[in-house]
Amino acid sequence: MSASPSDVERAAVDAVLGPPGDGDGRVVRGGREVRGRRHLLLPALRALQARAGWVSPGGLAYVSERLGVPPAEAYGVASFYAMLSTRPRPPAVLHLCEDLACRLAGAEELAAELERLHGPEGEDRDGRTWLRSPCLGLCERAPAALAVHAGERPREVACAPLGQTELAAFLAGGDVDGGVGPAPISAPQTADPEGWASLVLLRRVGRVDPGSLDDYRAHGGYEALRTAVALGPQGVIRELKDAKLLGRGGAAFPTGLKWELVAQQPVRPHYVVANADESEPGTFKDRVLMEHDPFALIEALTIAGFTAGAERGYVYLRGEYPHAFEALERAVAAARARGFLGPDVMGAGFAFDIEIRRGAGAYIAGEETALFNSIEGRRAEPRNKPPFPATHGLFGKPTVINNVETLVNVLEVLRVGGPAYAEVGTAESTGTRLFCVSGDVGRPGVYEVPCGTHLAELLTLAGGVRGGGRPKAVLLGGAAGAFVGPEDLELPLSFESAREAGVTLGSGVVMVFGEGADLVDAVLRIAAFFRDESCGQCVPCRVGTVRQEEALRRLASGRTLGTREDELALLADVAQVMRDASICGLGQTAANAVWSAISRLGVFG
Amino acid sequence: MKVPVAPPRRLVEVEIDGRSVRVPEGSTILQACRAEGIETPTICYAENLTPVNVCRVCVVEVEGARALVPACSRTVEPGMKVRTDTERVRRSRRLVLEFLASSVDLSLAPDLHRWQEVYEAHPERFGALMEPAAEGERDGREPGRHVPVEPGTAETVAQPVKIDNDLYVRDYARCVLCYRCVEACGDDAQGTYAIAVAGRGFDARISTEFAVPLPESACVYCGNCIGVCPTGALMFKTEHDLRREGRWDEARQTVTTTVCPYCGVGCNLELHVQDGEIVKVTSPADHDVTSGHLCIKGRFGFTFTRA
Ligand SMILES: Cc1cc2nc3c(=O)[nH]c(=O)nc-3n(C[C@H](O)[C@H](O)[C@H](O)COP(=O)(O)O)c2cc1C
Ligand code: SF4
Ligand code: SF4
Ligand code: SF4
Ligand code: FES
Ligand code: FES
Repeated sequence: MSASPSDVERAAVDAVLGPPGDGDGRVVRGGREVRGRRHLLLPALRALQARAGWVSPGGLAYVSERLGVPPAEAYGVASFYAMLSTRPRPPAVLHLCEDLACRLAGAEELAAELERLHGPEGEDRDGRTWLRSPCLGLCERAPAALAVHAGERPREVACAPLGQTELAAFLAGGDVDGGVGPAPISAPQTADPEGWASLVLLRRVGRVDPGSLDDYRAHGGYEALRTAVALGPQGVIRELKDAKLLGRGGAAFPTGLKWELVAQQPVRPHYVVANADESEPGTFKDRVLMEHDPFALIEALTIAGFTAGAERGYVYLRGEYPHAFEALERAVAAARARGFLGPDVMGAGFAFDIEIRRGAGAYIAGEETALFNSIEGRRAEPRNKPPFPATHGLFGKPTVINNVETLVNVLEVLRVGGPAYAEVGTAESTGTRLFCVSGDVGRPGVYEVPCGTHLAELLTLAGGVRGGGRPKAVLLGGAAGAFVGPEDLELPLSFESAREAGVTLGSGVVMVFGEGADLVDAVLRIAAFFRDESCGQCVPCRVGTVRQEEALRRLASGRTLGTREDELALLADVAQVMRDASICGLGQTAANAVWSAISRLGVFG
Repeated sequence: MKVPVAPPRRLVEVEIDGRSVRVPEGSTILQACRAEGIETPTICYAENLTPVNVCRVCVVEVEGARALVPACSRTVEPGMKVRTDTERVRRSRRLVLEFLASSVDLSLAPDLHRWQEVYEAHPERFGALMEPAAEGERDGREPGRHVPVEPGTAETVAQPVKIDNDLYVRDYARCVLCYRCVEACGDDAQGTYAIAVAGRGFDARISTEFAVPLPESACVYCGNCIGVCPTGALMFKTEHDLRREGRWDEARQTVTTTVCPYCGVGCNLELHVQDGEIVKVTSPADHDVTSGHLCIKGRFGFTFTRA
């Protein structure tokens, strides 16, 4: 199709891709080389969205032409991400979180208010609208929203908690105040000098200026990298193995082994990637770390690059995290300016640099192989495994990919040494962990506790159940996790105890549902979430998430097909095929929380 | 030119359903099953395309693996123990067939009917089928949001046929999203990339950019997508029209094999003739020149001159 870009769109794309070459906007250099820039597709589409408010046919045609990506494929990518719109969208959008923690904090009442004051979701009034959004990773400050302004000066502002005042201000055409939450709110332990002494991963949160490299160094920053250089790659791997550090991104894979596998690959180049996509409903720990202590992630990723033999690292940051992006971008620039990134890091004789890539609204992009596809400018569809990232990762090369929290743990391993690190926690789950406590508790926030701490202790730390008493249920691990009941509060929060209990700690979500909470509503929301976030590639998940939601809605409305038992049997079938035959973890876990609610809590019982 | 002679492939010994089987290294589990005469259903797999392993109807149990694995793409390893006849395997295959049959019009996919019988699929248990979507509605769906259907109805991909050119129609109410047409249009044969998967989740669909009609897209009407489509979603306009008029009758058709006269490449053509008219043109997938793929002249030249 032939559609022309506007001047604004052309400028937005050129700002990402550089000015067009001699071909005057045509495909400049021959096929291969141009196709080699396909990884710039998502950044270019994001730029169009930010400047023009949508990805128009003209804008898409221009990007396709400049990158040599077929328009149908570029459209396939643009239409994959929720933050990109392939239809005109008003320049100012309030993305209102409708997910679990925010529902407990009145999100639906806010949605009703928006409907009353503004009109239906998506309707354009004076260049403004509102849209529902999955969890924005601001659950400690629920109810939350993200205000996105497209135009010459694109702006994105986190707005949490969102009250009537902020809501009215947005609708009146004003700016909403918001941004990074104060450290004592997001991580309550940092406010208390006694509690603070025990913190490791949160040690610097609220204590350092996230914009100052000097301040970071004054608080122990870059000592771990120095140690790593002194130990050498083999030494670092030995420490990680001694530490028995397990990944915090959900799969609990041993980090030392992962780094070693990649370091051993003869194929070059190697890559290291920080998975900062954090989109599991109820998860916000990585955001708090990145906003308040961004250099920690930069340093840790540099250590990963040094150890795994990679000269390039990527941080894949969830698209809805504008403030973490600002903090990381500043930190990368400062580190580069001072020689902590670049051709000769710290004068230690190795090269390493970092690029930050932003997602655009897709939970599935956090699955490691989907994440690689996303960076490569493809649809964020997971790849079939094997082969695994250690041999065939980003751009098909050996790649280390770790969760942000996992990486920040590496600093502590190198600070105290592997064996000392392993003394904290339990035999199998070493070190401390960050838990994202949200919902009906006194002081929601990120809490750091040794692995193995009992759930009840954690809840006490977080101010107990709001309104007192025992919770009706606790969701562990997020939408891909499981509900436990009030009788399970003695559960030790370690990988092994969770496994024994048939639950998962996942990304550290601990969401509390108080006496008045509506669990049927929560279960329906989880089902809708998976239906929305399935990439659609494989039949068990693409159709299974739909059939699961349909059956749950039938049960909730009382309009069952056959008896309740028939419906439960049908749900069990759907759950089993998703678990057994789906390509990736999304489909494989899409029935977990739903089933735990049915079997442990007797929802629909 | 010297043609390199491939060294003979080593044999790998695996166990399938308790039987010991020796197959060449690099074979897939599917190839091993077929060599043993074990019938395995497949939908997205095609011999002339790279496996995308998305339909999951071919899954088997491999000892030591947590989830089931797709037979069509997993290569055998020495000592691998495979089971194709367990309750888990049957249940997954049955559910995959039920999911497809309850959401897609499979009436022109006879293979899938047979498999539904074999696996005792009951797609009707998910409720009454939803009314077809309005024209273009599915093309406009946005990722990450959906309107749930009325309790009791089952969501489907039902929608009107896309007829936007004289050569072939796209009836995406029959699309199982097997990716075959995308592969045939792109890397695996044609290299045109006129179509791709757009959207996400259940709203994922095969589409041109912004769902523009084919004449406005990059399509060159090679018809290779038609050739690989397993469900009749992509169909010669001639066939579509005859079917609509109730005149399509395979019993009365003859198939004549010939070599395409348009150029010197030597593609094999199969001319499907009904009542003295060429109604569709195919090429055998195992033909060493075409692998089943043709260009506009071979595919449509005959029907075109007739029209
Ligand atoms: C649907 C899905 C979403 C995921 N999202 C994330 C994420 O946002 N962040 C993350 O670190 N890992 C996520 N993962 C896990 C990653 O695939 C991968 O296991 C992890 O990044 C490995 O890091 P680790 O070894 O440090 O845990 C996700 C997995 C699935 C299946
Ligand atoms: S399980 Fe779901 S998210 Fe994962 S590949 Fe399949 S359709 Fe995509
Ligand atoms: S006819 Fe050929 S070019 Fe057109 S969409 Fe099909 S495969 Fe692609
Ligand atoms: S149109 Fe046919 S070939 Fe293409 S994805 Fe759908 S079913 Fe497969
Ligand atoms: S920000 Fe709303 S649930 Fe997480
Ligand atoms: S035939 Fe194997 S996954 Fe489709």
